[in-house]
Amino acid sequence: MMTNKQPLSQRLSWLVPTIYIVFLLLPIYWLVNMSFKETSEILGAFSLWPQNPTLGNYRVIFTDPSWYSGYINSIIYVVLNTVISVTVALPAAYAFSRYRFLGDKHLFFWLLTNRMAPPAVFALPFFQLYSAFGLIDTHIAVAIAHCLFNVPLAVWILEGFMSGVPKEIDETAYIDGYSFPRFFAKIFVPLIASGIGVAAFFCFMFSWVELLLARTLTTTDAKPIAATMTRTISASGLDWGVLAAAGVLTIIPGALVIYFVRNYIAKGFALGRV
Amino acid sequence: MEKTWNNKAWFMVLPVLVLVAFSAVIPLMTVVNYSVQDTFGNNEFFWAGTDWFLEVLESDRFWDALTRNLIFSAIILAIEIPLGIVIALNMPKKGIGVPICLVLMALPLLIPWNVVGTIWQVFGRVDIGLLGRAVASLGINYNYVQNPIDAWVTLIIMDVWHWTSLVVLLCYAGLVSIPDAYYQAAKIDGASRWSVFRYIQLPKMKRVLLIAFLLRFMDSFMIYTEPFVVTGGGPGNSTTFLSIDLVKMAIGQFDLGPAAALSIIYFLIILLLSWIFYTVMTTSDAQG
Repeated sequence: MMTNKQPLSQRLSWLVPTIYIVFLLLPIYWLVNMSFKETSEILGAFSLWPQNPTLGNYRVIFTDPSWYSGYINSIIYVVLNTVISVTVALPAAYAFSRYRFLGDKHLFFWLLTNRMAPPAVFALPFFQLYSAFGLIDTHIAVAIAHCLFNVPLAVWILEGFMSGVPKEIDETAYIDGYSFPRFFAKIFVPLIASGIGVAAFFCFMFSWVELLLARTLTTTDAKPIAATMTRTISASGLDWGVLAAAGVLTIIPGALVIYFVRNYIAKGFALGRV
Repeated sequence: MEKTWNNKAWFMVLPVLVLVAFSAVIPLMTVVNYSVQDTFGNNEFFWAGTDWFLEVLESDRFWDALTRNLIFSAIILAIEIPLGIVIALNMPKKGIGVPICLVLMALPLLIPWNVVGTIWQVFGRVDIGLLGRAVASLGINYNYVQNPIDAWVTLIIMDVWHWTSLVVLLCYAGLVSIPDAYYQAAKIDGASRWSVFRYIQLPKMKRVLLIAFLLRFMDSFMIYTEPFVVTGGGPGNSTTFLSIDLVKMAIGQFDLGPAAALSIIYFLIILLLSWIFYTVMTTSDAQG
């Protein structure tokens, strides 16, 4: 192995991502720090770490149904949305990647415009539409509303992955006597498994972080955790400790998901289909 | 890939079409309806023509919010794109550092947007926040609740914190796709660090950079939740962006007509942008 003396700039290159990561983690650390403090300590003494670490804030969240049900609600509609988005996107992405048909390009563009549509534009009409169908305050309402931007995204990502699979595979399977559904489920889906993973990841991500629509469409029964956080202002002022603990808990599912798909993320980004 | 002409493919697209039409077309028609009608309540509507559009287009409120939006987008692009490139260039290429960097950097992307707002609202407070305290201890009079400049600085730092990772990840994905042979050739030629960047890395990142640029532009153009949580559009109207103004108008004041007209104008701007995005994307696809 060659041991060239590297220039100073290269030996110090690890500093750049390190400083950046410290910058990313500082605000998160501050939230975690606050979540282990009593509200009186937060407001009273300024300290870089909790002087009297307490789990009280987390206890409040895990014992009060109005808190932990928000957490469950969020997970229900996010999972519902991910499943719906990926399921309907699969055949559509296959059609776009394999066939030309009347109006295909216009359709694809129209789908994409929905990814670009500002949710603020849709907040009010969504409320009226879902009221008319009696769907307000249900998980399925939020799941369907989030399809607005997640389905186009899923189609886009999956189409990219599917175009990478040679068409000869389809043709060989048909010659071997596979019917279309059987070919699709047995051969094609396993081939693009990582694409499905990436698509599901991004659907999960965008549904998890969205609040405007989720908050507009729910009142109590399906209220997301992030919206519950906006009501910590009680008679005694803001309960900072509980707020911080709830915030920390919303970071955890995302962190877990990233950890599991870390190798696919780069791949999904590499396709430039986000 | 050569594609076969097959109109039956429409059946495969049908589920997507129905679902997205339900979520997009019907609500959009409601908006169009409101934008051309007026009401005195009781569900009685009458034709208002282009009145609402004129009202919006002639109001300072719209142009101010649009200007703020454009300035905000310009500033965050000017910071996030170069910063993202620099960080991606310095990321480790192999070893244990790669997954650690990827996971930690992707973290802000997965935090619900209002929690991002909450984190920065707390972090920037002079009484209980680390940033606010640190800045105040330097003797700078910093208060994002009352001072418009401080509010802007806070929002920009927050957006850089939130989204630079997206640019980093995209650039990194572009960089790792460059074969080693390119670098070896450059080394033999004795190319400088700058020319490696200029003639090898930058062209390879062109496509992902374009995507990063347009995605960041569009998403910052629609920004709502984070500034809403941190500043609520204030102090005064200094951080009231188009989305915040729109929600205030539609749900706060229930001015359906102007809100609907503003929605359509807003949507048309976005539509124009996505058309440019799509055209640029497909032409760069065609070039390979």
